[in-house]
Amino acid sequence: MHTIRVGNGVGFWGDNLDAPRSLAERGALDYLTLEYLAELTLSILAHQRSKNPEAGYVQDFVSAVQSLVPSLRSQPRLHIVTNAGGMNPLACAKQVSQTLAAAGLGSIRVAAVSGDDLLPRIYALMGAGEPFTNFDTGKPFAEVRPQLASANAYLGAAGIVEALRQKARIVVTGRVADASLTVGPAVYEFGWKWDDWRRLGAATVAGHLIECGAQVTGGMFSGWNEALSLDNLGYPIAEISEDGAIAITKPAGMGGAVTPETVSEQLVYEIGDPAHYLTPDVDADFSNLELQQAGPDRVAVLKADGRPAPPTYKVSMAYRDGYMASGTLVVCGKGAAQKARKAGELILARVKAAGVNLARTHIECLGTGDTLPGVWKRNDDSLEVVLKVSVHDPSRESLERFVRELSPLVGSGPPGVTGYTGPRSKPYPVFAYWPTTIGRNRVAPIVDVKAASDW
Amino acid sequence: MKNQTTDQSTMPATIRLGDIAHARSGDKGNHANVGVIAYTPAGYEFLGRYLTETRLAEYLLPLRPRQVQRFALPGIRAYNFLLHDILAGGASRSLRTDNQGKVLAVAVLEMPIPAPGNVQEMIPRPLADNPCWL
Repeated sequence: MHTIRVGNGVGFWGDNLDAPRSLAERGALDYLTLEYLAELTLSILAHQRSKNPEAGYVQDFVSAVQSLVPSLRSQPRLHIVTNAGGMNPLACAKQVSQTLAAAGLGSIRVAAVSGDDLLPRIYALMGAGEPFTNFDTGKPFAEVRPQLASANAYLGAAGIVEALRQKARIVVTGRVADASLTVGPAVYEFGWKWDDWRRLGAATVAGHLIECGAQVTGGMFSGWNEALSLDNLGYPIAEISEDGAIAITKPAGMGGAVTPETVSEQLVYEIGDPAHYLTPDVDADFSNLELQQAGPDRVAVLKADGRPAPPTYKVSMAYRDGYMASGTLVVCGKGAAQKARKAGELILARVKAAGVNLARTHIECLGTGDTLPGVWKRNDDSLEVVLKVSVHDPSRESLERFVRELSPLVGSGPPGVTGYTGPRSKPYPVFAYWPTTIGRNRVAPIVDVKAASDW
Repeated sequence: MKNQTTDQSTMPATIRLGDIAHARSGDKGNHANVGVIAYTPAGYEFLGRYLTETRLAEYLLPLRPRQVQRFALPGIRAYNFLLHDILAGGASRSLRTDNQGKVLAVAVLEMPIPAPGNVQEMIPRPLADNPCWL
């Protein structure tokens, strides 16, 4: 039985920088996937591209490739599939190719998979009858269209498969469904048909389980204890067989654990109806899954299923929605919580007295139960708490006024206020989320494959 | 609670949900989800009866979920709860520190529940008994 090993070395933009290299060196992988894009990452990358047409992809990936050069050289089977291309897969492929060529690996074929970016044709698509109604709120697109910052369809695995058919060893995509980074290699290697729903469902489960990196190998695990050895934490590997059998494991000798407990927690991570985990590839069914310990740090995933893919692609849009800022101070001594709450109100009152009205404000007294107020039992007895004040407003100038009101509290507020050192917090633009859909016939992947030296 | 071998007469009248289940939470736009996984079949059977949509909605009421939906995953002894509009704006707009619902799982595990009569059948085996841990 033909089996491939797909390891995922990045679970989000900002994840551990060394994990891709150690996973490639110790994982005996056929495919290394690197998953950088959360729901709103693309709006940040769109912002970067608007300032520089050669930017808009995840720079961390270029450093990762640099660290992977020895593995690419010594392991001819190793492929890399990543969504690091973000808003600019072509620029990313070009930059990575330069890194490879400089390392003497100019013959490696590099693919860019684009076609997910709908922004350039948004008016044409509206004209063709796409309403882009918010699927969570039912609100009409007209409310946010003038502020639209990014609009990306979630592509499926087809573009990745085509890139691999054209002998790419490194595939750089924009927005694709996270699980499709894993489904693509499986479909390519095994020649599965696009209506083999059960196997596509199984590979989708595998992709879902590894897409968040160490969250399936002991990270975030409820049963955390110090024996779990999270230093040198191993990142996950999915073994996928031609018949659709799936197992999750990690490199031997690394920290963490792969048990039915760690895997079941990741199985339920960020899902809705488990009978309908929708991707462009398949309507995967997680509802009957079973997990079996099949060896040390090895769990077999059984009874995955799938049904025909949905007729629409999910589209993730972001629109500009003013600015937010937050600042913290540490408040100590008797009555710390009471003093902190009063200090928070003082800050907002002084901003108001300066003639600035903020649209939304929020005061938290961290350490007293304010991360989930009313759910946590409130504890106002601590001798030290963190005051955090967060605000949102259409005007950046209003927020500039707000951030200047934090440090004065040290000398003009209650006693025992500290923690004001370091740079003043800065207002940042808000890119709000607008989830919607598009007919699948309106979107197709665009695949460019060239030797690194030709990019 | 864990690793104890006391008999039922010494069990407290109230336990934490975390004594018989583990959990994970995360965001989906302005919605969040919490998956609650029983350690044992007896625990799963109990959760099915006790941990209803209404009970979880009541526990999380201060966070104002618009709706709570429960889905079963019997093969892994789990219930997944979809918590509609609970994040006060979600990752992009929420002013809360936990704007992505990351800590909802540990909060739900602190839910106090009346100890069922067969609670001993619901608590996990000690980690030392599981060779895959060490």
